[in-house]
Amino acid sequence: MSRAFVPLVIAGMLLFAAAPLVVAGAPFEQTMGLVQKIFYYHVPSAMLMFVSAFVCGIASAAYLFRRSAAADRVAVAAGELVVLFGLIVLVTGPLWARKAWGVWWEWDARLTSSLLLWMIFVAYLLVRRFGGPGSEKLAGAMALFGMANVPFVYVSVNYWRTLHPKTSVVMALEPGMRAAFWFCVAAFAILYVLLLTLRKRLEDRQAAVEQLYLATED
Amino acid sequence: MKRTVLVLLVFALLPGAALMARQPAPAARPPVPADPTAPTTASQPAPERVASQDFVPVSALPPQAEQLPAAPLVIGAYAFVWVALLAYVWMLWRRMKKLERELADLQRRVQTHETRGGSA
Amino acid sequence: MKQFLRVAWVVMRKDLTVEMRSREILYTTVFFAASCVLVFAFALVREGRPLEDASAGILWISIAFAGTLGLGRTFERERHTETLRALMLAPSDRPAIYVGKLLGILALMAIVEAVLVPMVGLLFDAPIFARPHWLAALLAAGTLGFASVGTLFAAMLVRARSRDVLLPVLLYPITIPVIIAGVRGTAALFQAAPDEPMARFWAALLVFFDVVFVTLSLWTFEPLMTE
Repeated sequence: MSRAFVPLVIAGMLLFAAAPLVVAGAPFEQTMGLVQKIFYYHVPSAMLMFVSAFVCGIASAAYLFRRSAAADRVAVAAGELVVLFGLIVLVTGPLWARKAWGVWWEWDARLTSSLLLWMIFVAYLLVRRFGGPGSEKLAGAMALFGMANVPFVYVSVNYWRTLHPKTSVVMALEPGMRAAFWFCVAAFAILYVLLLTLRKRLEDRQAAVEQLYLATED
Repeated sequence: MKRTVLVLLVFALLPGAALMARQPAPAARPPVPADPTAPTTASQPAPERVASQDFVPVSALPPQAEQLPAAPLVIGAYAFVWVALLAYVWMLWRRMKKLERELADLQRRVQTHETRGGSA
Repeated sequence: MKQFLRVAWVVMRKDLTVEMRSREILYTTVFFAASCVLVFAFALVREGRPLEDASAGILWISIAFAGTLGLGRTFERERHTETLRALMLAPSDRPAIYVGKLLGILALMAIVEAVLVPMVGLLFDAPIFARPHWLAALLAAGTLGFASVGTLFAAMLVRARSRDVLLPVLLYPITIPVIIAGVRGTAALFQAAPDEPMARFWAALLVFFDVVFVTLSLWTFEPLMTE
């Protein structure tokens, strides 16, 4: 356990516990009212989904081209987190949309491409699990394509007419909302780093166990 | 005891189901707004449906035409986030415990191998 | 560069020669694609006639399904005769082998599309000759995007378990944007008044996808195929 770990856990938990209070203190959005508060969890989760997709892609590239086993372990951790945070985005989004747009789902550019990004990483996990030996490389290629998909998802909302708010919204928040929003981003970011570390540690442990199995085989 | 809990659960879910059933049917979608400050479906569908020659102020509309209550959605969203994160952490915790047991077990086996002078 | 092209050409010729002897994959894939069109046409029927706007979607779905089938079968043949390993042992540029296989798949899909497009035009009264060069451009760009990713994954999956079900699982989430762009562009062309600027936009997007996918595939083919 590294030195920074425990303080980081405490900081993360505090931030996360305080987040609802901070969010409650933020001003109400004029047209959407209460339901807009979902924004404070929806957007940081989406940001982390993208970040995790990049981490997974870069780690997979390191695994494919440098044959770094440690990079592969980071990749699988990041891949799982893409699916986790993506699930959060895809559930909180429609809950917000039901009130704001009147429908649960819209097949517009942003929602469709986000769903596809999520599915790419679900396929990533499936192939790692069921692909048999050598599936790490296969999955690595999947992750690279997934990473290439992220910029497309991000700009889709600016170039196509969609119901989904544009990316400029985040920078144009009013001060009360801005504080709450970045607080939540920080909380989620710390949480992400913790989860990634934990998951990678789990993979390290798994690799150690497998090595020992091989050593004791005879 | 289990049956009581089940019955209570069903009774707790019924209001939720009733809430869902009471929603106004999703009316025409608003003209595509480019940003969240543009008026959304809040008040648009109702006046359109009541489309008549006269002007009908929003306050005079029947209460059913009022919007979907936001609180269950917000609470549901936040609850889901917490549940998802906790569930994931719990899954990791379980696997970690299992692996640590296996590791300890294997290390013991390796030690017995070595004390016996077995080939490794 | 010349060596690269030569290797690609030789690999493609090998594939086509083997295929032309029995034409098994060709016939079965074309027939499968045709049945797809029919199944969708019958499923999306209103008052005895298929839905008109569905023609573009049905065309591209059938191309996607037939392409997946063709990819699976082609590489299954490689696995069966262990020629892929022989190819990998050859002292040639790996990406060249990839390009050769890709060209073979493209040839197969071109033949499938040559049958599908007139069929769709006939069954749905779609104006396939309204802007034929744009339609051809959309089909070419879309097929290249689909086939480039498909060839990479199908080659990778040759030695994997559950390869039959994993190919669609891996392929579709990545190539769905290509299919969407193809459908939208084709739908724009099949309208009563063909919307050329729209078709041009989607064709440009398809070319963008092609560049990204082909580049990524060329880049990752070598590390993926080596043990």
